[in-house]
Amino acid sequence: MTIRINGRKVELPDDVQTIHNLLNYYDLEDRIVIVEINQQITLKEQYSSLTLSDGDIVELIHFVGGG
Amino acid sequence: MLKIADQTFNSRLLLGTGKYPSFEIQKEAVAVSGTEILTFAVRRMNIFEDSQPNFLEQLDLSKYKLLPNTAGAKTAEEAVRIARLAKASGLCDMIKVEVIGCNKSLLPDPVETLKASEMLLAEGFIVLPYTSDDVVLAKRLEELGVHAIMPGASPIGSGKGILNPMNLKFIIEQSSVPVIIDAGIGSPKDAAFAMELGADGVLLNTAVSGAKDPVKMAVAMKMAIEAGRLGYEAGRIDEKNYAVASSPLTGMVTS
Repeated sequence: MTIRINGRKVELPDDVQTIHNLLNYYDLEDRIVIVEINQQITLKEQYSSLTLSDGDIVELIHFVGGG
Repeated sequence: MLKIADQTFNSRLLLGTGKYPSFEIQKEAVAVSGTEILTFAVRRMNIFEDSQPNFLEQLDLSKYKLLPNTAGAKTAEEAVRIARLAKASGLCDMIKVEVIGCNKSLLPDPVETLKASEMLLAEGFIVLPYTSDDVVLAKRLEELGVHAIMPGASPIGSGKGILNPMNLKFIIEQSSVPVIIDAGIGSPKDAAFAMELGADGVLLNTAVSGAKDPVKMAVAMKMAIEAGRLGYEAGRIDEKNYAVASSPLTGMVTS
């Protein structure tokens, strides 16, 4: 499936279906990360059940130094 | 004690986490500053580039109250989106509303700041808007129900210190919520001055992270804020135009 992550078009392998899979794929499961799909914020409890669809616009957000 | 909403803090220094030269220096500066509230920004993860170190992730964030900012937002709607993302981390319920209206001065957009604050209050956030030193805007924000007012001393990162102490004093005197002087602090003198004016706290970042020795400066800021606050509570003497002798004018040793 092809989705857009953080502004870039990405081709995902077939076994990446859920948000949980996606975070594993990018090795982010232990990081502080917030996932937004098509401008909808997702909750951690949904990570295993929410599946991605072709054309989804995904934002992977985190905290960085700032004032 | 600094009290914001229903939470109390021993330290009156709120410290930003941007632009430190190294993680080790940041970690030590944060520790010695005594701060209990850290600010930071919300951004896209850099998952496609070579891994850039994220100093913030290496701090034990559970030890601090987290105050994410909405930096990058130019409209109320953008600020609300960033605030919601931050809250979705499950790590914070406070938000520093920062809606920039001018790229050169980085001064906040008063209309969008007011609007964003109202929207975020309605969603149950603890709202701390970064604002200019506009006295009436501060009043309007307080009327909305914000939990603290954060007027800038001078433009962000400028280090110009307090340019309009009179306005800040007006804001401090009229406010029943905490006033935290945010942005523009350059040296410990500025931080002490802010506290002597009666501010409830000071938020700074570059003044520490950009100092030649950030760790030493973090200590200096901590001490300056404590000194300024003590001075404010102690009540300084009135200024006079002429000298008044400190030593007795009687019993002089004369020939």
